[in-house]
Amino acid sequence: MLEIFKNINVDWMGWRKPLIFLSILILLAGLGSAIGRQITPGGTDAFNLGVDFQGGTVVTAKFKQKPAVDDIRSALQGVGAPEAIIQDSTDKTDEVLVKVPNLGVREGCADEKGNAIPEAGRCIVKKALDTFGTEAPGATQLPDDANAAYKIVGTDAVGPVAGEQLRNQAVIATLLGLVGILLFIAFRYDWTYAAGAVIAVFHDVLITLAFFSVFQWEVSLTVLAALLTLVGFSVNDSIVIFDRIRENIGLHRGKSIYQLTNDSINQTMSRTIVTNGLVFLSVLALVLFGGEVLRGFSLALFVGSITGTYSTIAIASPIAIWWQGKLGGAKVKEVLVPEMGEKLATASRKSVTRRPVTR
Amino acid sequence: MKKKGLWVRTIIILAITLLGIYLVFGPRRTPTGADFTWSGMKANLASNINLGLDLRGGSHLVMRVKTDDYLKTLTENNAQAALTAAQDAKLPVIGNSATAENGNYSVALNLSDGAQAQAVIEAVRQKVDFANWTESNDGTAVSWSLGSATQEILKKQAVDQAMRIIDSRINSFGVKEPTLQRHGAESSGQILLQMPGVDDPERIKNLIGDDSVLSLVKIVSPGSPQDVATFPTREAALQSIGGKETGAQRVYPFTERDPSTAKKNEAEVKPPSKFVVVELPPVIDGSEIREANAVQQTANSPDYQISFSLKPGGATKFGDWTGKNVNNYMGVVLNDQVKSIAYIRERISDSGQISGRFTKNDAADLALTLKSGALPAKIEYQEERTVGPSLGADSIESGVEASLGGMIFIVAFMLFYYRGAGVNAVVALILNLLLTLAALITIKSTLTLPGIAGLILGIGMAVDSNVLIFERIREELRAGRSVPDAIGLGFDRAFITIIDTHITTILSSVILYLYGTGPIRGFAVTLVLGLLINLFSAVFVSRTIFMWMLSRNAKMEKLSI
Repeated sequence: MLEIFKNINVDWMGWRKPLIFLSILILLAGLGSAIGRQITPGGTDAFNLGVDFQGGTVVTAKFKQKPAVDDIRSALQGVGAPEAIIQDSTDKTDEVLVKVPNLGVREGCADEKGNAIPEAGRCIVKKALDTFGTEAPGATQLPDDANAAYKIVGTDAVGPVAGEQLRNQAVIATLLGLVGILLFIAFRYDWTYAAGAVIAVFHDVLITLAFFSVFQWEVSLTVLAALLTLVGFSVNDSIVIFDRIRENIGLHRGKSIYQLTNDSINQTMSRTIVTNGLVFLSVLALVLFGGEVLRGFSLALFVGSITGTYSTIAIASPIAIWWQGKLGGAKVKEVLVPEMGEKLATASRKSVTRRPVTR
Repeated sequence: MKKKGLWVRTIIILAITLLGIYLVFGPRRTPTGADFTWSGMKANLASNINLGLDLRGGSHLVMRVKTDDYLKTLTENNAQAALTAAQDAKLPVIGNSATAENGNYSVALNLSDGAQAQAVIEAVRQKVDFANWTESNDGTAVSWSLGSATQEILKKQAVDQAMRIIDSRINSFGVKEPTLQRHGAESSGQILLQMPGVDDPERIKNLIGDDSVLSLVKIVSPGSPQDVATFPTREAALQSIGGKETGAQRVYPFTERDPSTAKKNEAEVKPPSKFVVVELPPVIDGSEIREANAVQQTANSPDYQISFSLKPGGATKFGDWTGKNVNNYMGVVLNDQVKSIAYIRERISDSGQISGRFTKNDAADLALTLKSGALPAKIEYQEERTVGPSLGADSIESGVEASLGGMIFIVAFMLFYYRGAGVNAVVALILNLLLTLAALITIKSTLTLPGIAGLILGIGMAVDSNVLIFERIREELRAGRSVPDAIGLGFDRAFITIIDTHITTILSSVILYLYGTGPIRGFAVTLVLGLLINLFSAVFVSRTIFMWMLSRNAKMEKLSI
């Protein structure tokens, strides 16, 4: 057996105060960043919202010879879009992403019949890019057109109403998901655990958002998908440990819940290290090699994979213990897996008589 | 271990695996030798999986029908029609009003003689459709208003009608495999249109949103042989009708000839040369058009015009009206502009022309618009996502690369760390991926970029299940249990944890699916499928492999884990 960790015995719960303090510190930094940015006149907003949530247009253009970013910026200023943001694609050297807010009707942007286009974002960006040469028309691919300098290969345009709608829908879906999780854990374990797990999830989401505010990483729909993923991830991690606590409560009636929680975390530590290590490394690879489109997604998962593990020990477990202490002792449902649980309880008990749980 | 149970398990696994392989790599026709080659399998895989627009390239448009505008127009038209109906019946009506704001839609007719109210109601009922409107009568005025439930029904009808019209427009335009469906909440009036392979949707967008409305109207003017009465300015035209427009008389610009040399894509709208006064409501409106075609003005001319014919009902009406109005002037109105004026030489029954210098494309698009009927209200675009085929291909490549890279790393680690048992994990992972794809194909779900993320998370959870089981088995072995007992206990105990983690994630994914939009849904679907399959691959299959090992050596003393 190749083992990384053997017989760990760490008093995790003894660390709860410094750990919670650390969390609060990061959350305060995030809050400070969000409020500070919001009230600073002329400054950035609390979050760098992508077009999905605040509306606007993102144009992805592929060049034969990509001009310098500064040249593209001055071309955009020339057509009256100084607020445009240019994202250089790190993984595809011939592509560039240009993001403009909702511009509405602009002069010189009309359809074939001469009617003004209601949202001129793409048209304005195209005008700026046209200063570097013509676009390969229609279905013609860039390499097939000898005269073309570039081609717009992707457009994302979201109106202001749709942006708000997507934002609200996302928040509602996430909150409902959390309520579902809360109810399920309460049903399977106990309210104290449910509260612990759900507060830990909130903590993880907020910490991740704090990072997004402080570093001004762009919040897009893919970041939302990542936040949802880390919600699942965090709850998953909490449940693995709660499950062990529940089992240990059935086995060692004399022990304090404090000690049982420490034991459970220690017993599952090698699983925690292996699983989360694998996830962490895959996500790290995604951050490094995943490319511009997935950047927000990878960063959110990166932060989340760390905080998801951390919060189980630092947030979920201490809250469950603290609340149970308030309730006066372990009012936790005992192993309630029918049939199989019967068999296990006796089987595990036997194994316990032979050895004390890892010390 | 019971031998028989083991065989049953093995047969179930083999059958499901073969089915999975067939679903993913098998052709949907009689297989040939080529289907067993690497490239043949790849081609089958590509045709079996339904890729989303973000991966295969295409255009995704979310639009909203301005249903409030629709109700407003309906109210105003009904107000005018009600007034006309009452006046035609020679009833004492002194005016009408239409209210259309803040969700209130109502029509009122003011009466000079309250005693005639019932007669007015009767007269209006015969001519105007007020079927679902609430009628009221306060002695001096009769009014009709729309309740909120009726408003919702009418809005829904308007969206349905818009969808039918958009459908016929994109079909005649030749878009391949479009999907058109309602989007968001029922009351939002949103429509989602997906067009694979379209990477420049501008012309289609213009065509769909084209609210071109054709109508034939009477021009207020002395009849032929005098020239038609036109005015050089809007003000002059207004003066001729007493200074302001009424429901029955409006001033429209009249452009005698469209400049055919106008540059494309430039807002070079020349001021109209003249104005005319027209009579409303129109004699014929767009809904009565049966057929419209773009035709060359003369042979070899670069200019096109549109010829149209009317439906039988419209033709009768038009015939009657032209019969009564011989020598008067008639105008063809398109989008509140008079496009051409002709005097009526004799009774015309069912066809006519819109002259004007259209280009071939403009004329073709316009003919299409006229044929499909008018949209009930304007459409606004809320979301447009277009992905060129090359960008889509790049996304597939990086998604597949990232997944494969991650898989290879995980497989290497599991084999290194868990040795023999690692093989179980690898088999379970590969089976999980295969069956998730098979399930996606079976339920005809589309695979999108977020879907690939869901697939990756599913694989992550599959690894976690294996790790949980193996760590538990190791724990039991450390505690001194025999190999068969340790395996049995390890699976049984870890299963409880796995079930709880899986149910929690499935639960939140289902909620995401129910309340989320397109991209989130794709994520939720693959994740739920991956998790359900994981219960089979990581628990059932992996355990069967252990059982096989035990059945060959029941007194196994050392387990490679």
